[in-house]
Amino acid sequence: MEYLILFLPLIASIVSGFFGKIIGDKPSQIITSLFVSVSAILSFIVFFKVINDGYVNNLIIATWINSGSLNVNWSINIDALSSVMLVVVTLISSLVHIYSIGYMSHDPNKPRFMSFLSLFTFSMLTLVTSDNFVQLFFGWEAVGLCSYFLIGFWYKKESANAAAIKAFIVNRVGDFGFALGIFLIFYIFGTVNYGEVFNQVPEVLDKHIVFLGIKANSIDIICILLFIGAMGKSAQFLLHTWLPDAMEGPTPVSALIHAATMVTAGVFLIVRCSPIYEYSELALSLITIIGMITAFFAATVALVQTDIKKIIAYSTCSQLGYMFFATGVGAYNVAMFHLFTHAFFKALLFLGSGSVIHSFKNEQNINQMGGVWKKLPYTYALMMVGTLALTGFPFLSGFYSKDAIIEFAYLKGNNIGIYAASIGILTALLTSIYSWRLIFKTFHGNYNNSKINIENLHESPLVMLAPLLVLAVGSIFAGILFKELFIGHELSYDFWSTSIKFLEPLSKNHPPTWFLFLTPSIVVISIPISFYLFVYNKNIVEEIVKMNKPLYIFLQNKWYFDELYNTIFVKPSKRLGIFLWKKIDGSIIDRFGPDGISNLIKNFSIRAVKFQSGFIYQYAFVMLIGFSVLLTLLILN
Amino acid sequence: MNFPILSSLILLPTLGAIFILFTNSSNKKYQSSKYVALFISLANFLLSLYLWFIFDKSSVEFQFLENREWLSGYINYKVGVDGISILFIILTTFITPICIISVNATIKNKLKDFLIAILIMETFMIGVFCSLDLVVFYLFFEAGLIPMFLIIGIWGGERRVYSAFKFFLYTLLGSVLMLIAIISIYWIAGTTDVEKLYEVGIDAKYQNLLWLAFFSSFAVKTPMWPVHTWLPDAHVEAPTAGSVLLAAILLKMAGYGFIRFSLGLFPLASEYFVPLIFILSLIAIIYTSFVALMQEDMKKLIAYSSVAHMGFVTLGIFTMTQQGIEGSIFQMISHGLISAALFLCVGVIYERHHTRLISEYGGLVSVMPRYAVVFMVFTLGALGLPGTTGFIGEFLILMGTFKKNFIVATIASLGVILAAAYMLWLYKRIIFGEIVNQNLKLMVDLKRFEIVILFSLVLPIILFGFYPEPLMDTIKVSVGNVLEMYNLNINSNIAYNN
Repeated sequence: MEYLILFLPLIASIVSGFFGKIIGDKPSQIITSLFVSVSAILSFIVFFKVINDGYVNNLIIATWINSGSLNVNWSINIDALSSVMLVVVTLISSLVHIYSIGYMSHDPNKPRFMSFLSLFTFSMLTLVTSDNFVQLFFGWEAVGLCSYFLIGFWYKKESANAAAIKAFIVNRVGDFGFALGIFLIFYIFGTVNYGEVFNQVPEVLDKHIVFLGIKANSIDIICILLFIGAMGKSAQFLLHTWLPDAMEGPTPVSALIHAATMVTAGVFLIVRCSPIYEYSELALSLITIIGMITAFFAATVALVQTDIKKIIAYSTCSQLGYMFFATGVGAYNVAMFHLFTHAFFKALLFLGSGSVIHSFKNEQNINQMGGVWKKLPYTYALMMVGTLALTGFPFLSGFYSKDAIIEFAYLKGNNIGIYAASIGILTALLTSIYSWRLIFKTFHGNYNNSKINIENLHESPLVMLAPLLVLAVGSIFAGILFKELFIGHELSYDFWSTSIKFLEPLSKNHPPTWFLFLTPSIVVISIPISFYLFVYNKNIVEEIVKMNKPLYIFLQNKWYFDELYNTIFVKPSKRLGIFLWKKIDGSIIDRFGPDGISNLIKNFSIRAVKFQSGFIYQYAFVMLIGFSVLLTLLILN
Repeated sequence: MNFPILSSLILLPTLGAIFILFTNSSNKKYQSSKYVALFISLANFLLSLYLWFIFDKSSVEFQFLENREWLSGYINYKVGVDGISILFIILTTFITPICIISVNATIKNKLKDFLIAILIMETFMIGVFCSLDLVVFYLFFEAGLIPMFLIIGIWGGERRVYSAFKFFLYTLLGSVLMLIAIISIYWIAGTTDVEKLYEVGIDAKYQNLLWLAFFSSFAVKTPMWPVHTWLPDAHVEAPTAGSVLLAAILLKMAGYGFIRFSLGLFPLASEYFVPLIFILSLIAIIYTSFVALMQEDMKKLIAYSSVAHMGFVTLGIFTMTQQGIEGSIFQMISHGLISAALFLCVGVIYERHHTRLISEYGGLVSVMPRYAVVFMVFTLGALGLPGTTGFIGEFLILMGTFKKNFIVATIASLGVILAAAYMLWLYKRIIFGEIVNQNLKLMVDLKRFEIVILFSLVLPIILFGFYPEPLMDTIKVSVGNVLEMYNLNINSNIAYNN
């Protein structure tokens, strides 16, 4: 069964990719959607087996790399953690496959698109089912590759190509840290298998290494290096710049890869490595801080963006920040819970916005929309659900997971925990504001699009709405249904069993009542306020913008990260390349090397030619001089 | 072993060359001489596969030994293979037919002579990988220069004479020193038989100088920084088949030489010079990656990337770890396949559009979708994506390096980021985007013979990327043996000094 889960998407991808032209568009769409859906159903079966029987399994498929003491296998490893990921990945993926049938209906390259989606699903599954770090790395890079293909799917668009390359290279920067982490793991533990590494962790706590001139605890270094990898993939602060640009890809891709699955791989990595992270206070603090900054930073940027997809992209970034600081305070299961619920409502929002974009004939600017909720009633209702869930409206799924993160951060009790909780609450407020801004500007107010007549707008087809409906159900109920299982005090330890390690069990205390009510009330109150600001009385917002013009521009330019990186990395690299090529290779090595030698010989022989003038008197004169010098020397001696 | 299989491998291409020489050279027969060459090289490939099949992977000994008296008792013609050399022989016999098929398009005049040059070249290259006597090795090693020199000088581009001489000057300079070193070894140890030299060893006081002499030759051929500047010029001017041979096999002779001779004969010197190699390798990796980033000529870009990839190879060899050396050998095989493929890819579009300038291309995916797919596979291989052979080589090398020196491994890993940058940027500029030039619309997709050769390269790159065991298994014992001998030498020397 595990084999089927893993390989059905691969087979679908191969069939659709290589034979798509032969079998036609419809069959390739059906085959890929069907295969991935079967994979999803099987994943649910595995998931329930894990819940009910504590099922674990480790299948070795084949040897991969075998060199000296290094031994790496292709494997399928099933435990609670990977089963949760299996469900998330295959479920969202199959819905996105189905949705894409409608969304890509006008695209000439449907089989290729479906093939990439299925290939991505396969890659993601190899990532989550690995039993060692190297296969994890394989999946890690493979999903990056699929993301590269899909961001650049419309290859004629210059911006799409640039975004695709940017995504790949920024991810490679993260992977650089990740790879070093793997090397260090192999160096310290002599193996790259999860089980063997995790078992040895307590024995190597005092091992120190000198890294870049600094003596440090090897566990700390490993954790930090792995976290760099996670930062790249999960678009955390400093390595986040690729994610908003990745919105150049088709919207189903954004939903699947850049919201629900691939970007959460970083969180998965940290949770998977909890047996190591538990021993590194330093790394956990770093993760909390980076997560906090990301959550806040991305939310501020989302406030002022006008591209509907970019707003959601920054929102994703921000939510990933929540997940990270949850792991940072040691609440790995809570992070997984938020990952789980987030997959539903974020995919819902993306696919919903895709439906809006589809209706508006590829318009993405929310200032060009407005007042269409009656024309797109289903999309509107479903987006509403997604937004309520995202903002953490009471009893929807985001409410359970996000509030749990804030509570556990608070219960951590130390300074960082309190900071994280405060930032979490502040960000929850920002989240509400930007989310409702999106909804109100898109669906309420006046109709602002001059290109398309409002009468020509029509609701998306059923094949697109049905997946949204499933996601909406998930967004509403995933929280309440799985709360006990994921983060309950009793059940959750049994469920996660050995896949997550808690050095000390999480605090069972309850935060004060006022604290429990704080976030939900902020969330609820912000709805009418947002409505007032963005629909009823827009002047206030304009006034605020006018008063804080520099801040507004700063936010609109995303804190100037792209410009900064361009100045300190991209341009100097190019200049350095030219310099090394023209100056060192050309003007120094070649000039003094081969060209120099050949010139030297040439000049020398030109001079030497002059000696052979052919005039006897010259030769006689030289002989005379030589003879007299010799004679003089002899006499002197 | 009665049947001299290695000598057959070495001589078969030459026999083919002689045969072609005597065929009628009227226009019509040109085609037939190509089929002869193809037939001979394929037969050689099958023979080498058979060799691999009957080769005993579990033995540390050299196998299929042939030892014939040559210069009355002084120097013997001695050949034999171990797990390391056998892979290079197969790489050679595999790449040669591909080159011969590829000349279909590129070589317009003197086809017969070109084929002869390639076949003679094959003889020399196989000879390099199985000779077990320093003099025999030297002869093959240097003789390989001559056909390459001719290939560049006769069938090359506009600046072919300059490039051919630059190539010759550089490589010969290093070789002269190696020749002197080989003569000295004969006077010091009384033999040039490699196996015997392994046994008796070379006196510690001579090792450093001898190592440097060999190094000067190998460094040029690898090529290592700063003696790399001949490579881009040679590649740019060489015809496609010449570039393929140069990148796929000629560059590997040096890496092979480092393992077989530098580590084997001069272990103490090798240990002593590790910092030198590390520094030069790091410079090669980082420096040439930056240079590659800014190239305007496709072939130059790939040539510079070759220097960077070979930087990984030298780095891995001198880590003296199982992972490092196995990774280096794997990386050489992998680079042999990938760089050959990339040069063939450049050849495909050069032949259609007659320019190598990147800026002249764009949007090829619309007119050449199949080409776009295979080129993508090779690009991914070149940037070391897991699932291609490129990854396994680099990964093992870096893992081995990490054991030795954290900082060196860290800096070298940066090269992996840069490789992604220059390869993807190259790909994007050529394949994606809008079609920039009306002439590009007329370009036809891969022809049948191009599909054959490119696909036969795609296959091993992916296959061994996912399942490298057949290769790893072949080299495992031999690499272990090299390391064991090496460590034995180092340890006994330490004991001696104490």
